[in-house]
Amino acid sequence: MVHLLEVIFVLVMLNNQMLLSSSRLVYCIKLVAFQGVILSLIPIILAHQGITLHVLCFATIVFVLKGIIFPKLLLRALRVADVKREVEPIIGFTSSALLGILILGLSFWISSKYTNIETAINFLTLPTALYTILVGLFLIICRKKALMQVVGYLVLENGIYIFGVALLKEIPLLIEIGVLLDIFVAIFVMGIATYHISQEFETTDVDQLNTLRG
Amino acid sequence: MSLLFFGLGLLIVSGIVSLFTSRYHRLSIIAGCSGTVVGCLMGLIPAINVLGGKEYMPVHFNWNMIYGSFSVGLDGLSAFFLLIILSVSLLAAIFGSRYLYQYVHEKKLGVSWFFFNILVFSMALVVIAQDSILFLIAWEIMSLSSFFLVTFDNKKEEVKKAGYIYFLATHLSTVFLLIFFLLLDHFTGSLQFTGTLPHLNLSLSNTNLLFLFGFIGFGIKAGFVPFHIWLPEAHPAAPSNVSAVMSGVMIKTGIYGLIRVLMLLGTPMIWWAWLIIIVGFLSGVLGVLFAIAQHDLKRLLAYHSVENIGIILLGMGLGLLGICYQSSSLMLLGFLGCLLHILNHAVFKSLLFLGAGSVLHATGVKEINRLGGLIKQMPITAAVFLIGAVAISGLPPLNGFISEFLIYLGAFKGTAGQNAEIILPALIIIIGLTTIGGLAALCFTKVVGCVFLGQSRSSEARAASETGYLMLLPMIILAGGCFVISLCSHQIIKWVVPIVTQITGLETKLALDITHNTADILSLVVWIFACFIGIVLVISFLRKSLIEKQEVDDLPTWGCGYKVSSPRFQYTASSFAQPLIKFFGVILRKQKHLEYQGVDLFPKKTSFKTHTKDVFMSAIYYPLFKSIKKVLSGFLWLQYGRIHLYVLYVALTIIGLLIWYIGLS
Amino acid sequence: MIHWYSIFSLVSAMICAPFLKGVIARTKAILSGRMGASVFQPYFDLWRIFQKKSVYSKTTSWIFKTGPVIYFVTILIALFFLPLGNLPAILQFQGDFIVLIYLLGLGRFFMVIAALDTGSSFEGMGASREVFFAFFAEIILFLCFITLSLLTKVLSLAEIHFILSDGLWLNTGVVLFLVVVALFVVFLIENSRIPFDDPNTHLELTMIHEVMILDHSGPELGLILYASQLKVWIFGLILLGIAVPFDPQVGVFNVVVVMAGMILLSLIVGVIESVTARLKLFKISQFLIGAMTISMLALILALGGR
Repeated sequence: MVHLLEVIFVLVMLNNQMLLSSSRLVYCIKLVAFQGVILSLIPIILAHQGITLHVLCFATIVFVLKGIIFPKLLLRALRVADVKREVEPIIGFTSSALLGILILGLSFWISSKYTNIETAINFLTLPTALYTILVGLFLIICRKKALMQVVGYLVLENGIYIFGVALLKEIPLLIEIGVLLDIFVAIFVMGIATYHISQEFETTDVDQLNTLRG
Repeated sequence: MSLLFFGLGLLIVSGIVSLFTSRYHRLSIIAGCSGTVVGCLMGLIPAINVLGGKEYMPVHFNWNMIYGSFSVGLDGLSAFFLLIILSVSLLAAIFGSRYLYQYVHEKKLGVSWFFFNILVFSMALVVIAQDSILFLIAWEIMSLSSFFLVTFDNKKEEVKKAGYIYFLATHLSTVFLLIFFLLLDHFTGSLQFTGTLPHLNLSLSNTNLLFLFGFIGFGIKAGFVPFHIWLPEAHPAAPSNVSAVMSGVMIKTGIYGLIRVLMLLGTPMIWWAWLIIIVGFLSGVLGVLFAIAQHDLKRLLAYHSVENIGIILLGMGLGLLGICYQSSSLMLLGFLGCLLHILNHAVFKSLLFLGAGSVLHATGVKEINRLGGLIKQMPITAAVFLIGAVAISGLPPLNGFISEFLIYLGAFKGTAGQNAEIILPALIIIIGLTTIGGLAALCFTKVVGCVFLGQSRSSEARAASETGYLMLLPMIILAGGCFVISLCSHQIIKWVVPIVTQITGLETKLALDITHNTADILSLVVWIFACFIGIVLVISFLRKSLIEKQEVDDLPTWGCGYKVSSPRFQYTASSFAQPLIKFFGVILRKQKHLEYQGVDLFPKKTSFKTHTKDVFMSAIYYPLFKSIKKVLSGFLWLQYGRIHLYVLYVALTIIGLLIWYIGLS
Repeated sequence: MIHWYSIFSLVSAMICAPFLKGVIARTKAILSGRMGASVFQPYFDLWRIFQKKSVYSKTTSWIFKTGPVIYFVTILIALFFLPLGNLPAILQFQGDFIVLIYLLGLGRFFMVIAALDTGSSFEGMGASREVFFAFFAEIILFLCFITLSLLTKVLSLAEIHFILSDGLWLNTGVVLFLVVVALFVVFLIENSRIPFDDPNTHLELTMIHEVMILDHSGPELGLILYASQLKVWIFGLILLGIAVPFDPQVGVFNVVVVMAGMILLSLIVGVIESVTARLKLFKISQFLIGAMTISMLALILALGGR
């Protein structure tokens, strides 16, 4: 069982790498959906007392929200706002991929220094969590399109989710529902906001949104 | 030792004779050149003796200066460097005797021979000096004589400018070294430069400070990034035999100095090893990247010197890592690779510069994109240049591969070993060497392909002819040296290991064990090389004898039936390197200049040029010096250009000092 | 260490290498709905080419004639470092894979300057692209070898293969899988397979390796073709040695496993070649960077696991 978790974490890492170096928006949205799906398997694997209804419910909610609803929302916003399907980067894709590896090395190094946190689940949990959070932040900082920044935000939330799994042996339902509700509201608001922005202006390029000030 | 002194004395005497007879050209050249040759040969004998195991007593006299004394000694490390200095200078002198003849009507060659001999003398003195003051004096003589040699062709504007940059850089290096020696004297009260001083008991911050000043001072001379900017200016501007000596030998004195500093300061700190590895990585990779972007043959070779200094530093860093973490195989392999690469680089870099000199002498053209097809007109030069190119790319079966292999082996042993902290720096070393190797091969296929192969791209290249035997002989000897060093490497390392034990303080029994293992591996490698060369020769011979009569030999290139009208349609060096320059565009920043005058009835003359400036020069040094100039131009009012005022300043200062002295006593 | 009895692996490499090319060509033919030539066709091709005359151009020099010889000999000597199933390699010492990679680099150096020797811009273009992509391929190879030596703690290629038995796969399976993926990409690019280069044509679209050898003819061309087939064998064997754990008890059966593995590999390559198209030139460097990041990921995972 430990090894299955390793496979999932490595898949998440590869997923992040591909997000950093991909230039097509639809592909990125699908990647984030895939990430959500494999992350929903974690509570099932980690179920120490057997697979109870509680665990199954939780996994299903995560699966449905992260794997189906959020991507569908984003794709709908993409279609309605009629944006160009290409990601515009501030840092080129090759450099992003190599920076991604540097960030991975950094997260491994930082994790090795935090020896007081019990990472009894797997030695890869903390590095993957840190890596996913940092990649999410990177995407928010270094991509010009608003929709890509939403994708980055989703990746960030995935990272926090893995971080929660690393620290908490069991997952208190209340906390998790709270987190998911928070994401839901954020996406909903962003979806509506993107729609309305694109109705008013020609572009959702965040770079140009700063012409609004003053 | 007295033989060495005779040799050095002969160098000076022949230089002076050459200076005084500069009106009689032939006589001055013969005097200068033969003096150098005999002097170097005499000096080589003690050096080889020491390497073979004989020991010489250091010579010490006190002299009338306030500080310092004349104290010289020939230990293993000095003998190694002396060997390199004297042999390369010898060959460069033979080359120069014929090469400089083309300037015989414009310049007084005697002056050039005088400075050349003084340069060789000072470099030899630098590596045998044991006293700080003597070292500094020799260093300064080396800088000045090389400055005069670099500005030999001083009618050209770019040579003058290169000379100024070189003068500035070398004196900055002297300033840092001066501070280093002053601090050393202040902290320890001794002016002894060689040998370890374990009873120093310096405080930590003092040791770090000393290391830093020594590193920067010697680093400017050796050409570490970011201090390397004078190298690509000075080496192309100098005549080719001087470039060979400067690039092959003079920058190594910087490395010699750094090794002495490390021996002096005892146990190194871990951050020193990290600093050296990172500077080595950057020098290697950036050096070769800038080299790929150059069109000028000698500038390209100068950047390759920066790259090879990077490789030498990587080996040194590996050795230091071994000392810090007490890993004997890392210590031994790192320094062995470092020292061997110093030797190898001296051999193949001087070969390449002499080859470039040959090409320049024959065609008068420095730019690669205007050469081509020279292999048919200059077959021997092409063959030895090819050997140099294969050697510098670190490819088997030549000597460049052996030194890189030793560093690789040490670094891999570091990754496969027990200590977890060595893994990360060892990883950086391996990745650095791989990147450098791949890029160097790219660069030299470009150089060999565009300079010697294909068809001639300009009329000057078409008119070239093979150079004289005096110029070919040193190159052939160096090329043979590449093969010999590689095929005898398992024996050569046994002679170098005592020097390494002297540097690192490794005990002899342990060193011998590791040396045996390494020598076994190397002898296998050498057998592989010998078999390789043998099989190639056999198959070539078979091919020649079996199918020679059946060959059809005089058709034009097929090239998929693509007929071209002019040899200028061939791939140029810039086009060959273009994918890589574009990929590294962030660092290289190629600038394009297009002159397009439009089309009326027929297209008008259009030209397109690309140019890659040194990033450090344009982004760091120019702005820095400009701002310094702005600040200092506030003091311009002090300079009226009138002698009366200057004498007034001198008089005021003297009176002020006298009054101060009265006040003090 | 020298094991003379492993000369069997050298001989089998030299005999079986053209067969793999035949398998790849036959797979592609069947997948495009043709019958295709016999799998032994490459042998007949080589025999035919070696009997032809060589034609040289006026622009070329002795480098053009020596280049293919050096290329062939480097690959021949590289074969000495490969184990075959259970048989150890003929030559085994610490750091032998460094010599292997640099020998291949030497072969490439001479092929590139032989191409530049013809003075044609077609060959120049191919040469330029070849050295550019080889730069990435070498880095990926070295990264994979560092990862393997971190896992197995030995420094010789044959010993790495022996230690990578099934025990190690269970513990470090993920890292090894990533290494196999990266090495497969290197296999494809070094042997000029689609999606990097089309080994059958030399049009501008697919100009990397094939176009460098445009002007060679006769026995030199035969040497180059044979050497390329041997290169497929070399990289395939390196890949198989890592992907398939060999049980030392089984003895001779391992050789059969190796042969089956090589044929399977050729089938997979044939399928990939029929199914994908060649990437745009700019995308090739991105793809290689992707493979480089996969190997770096494997390296970091191996480091983190210590």
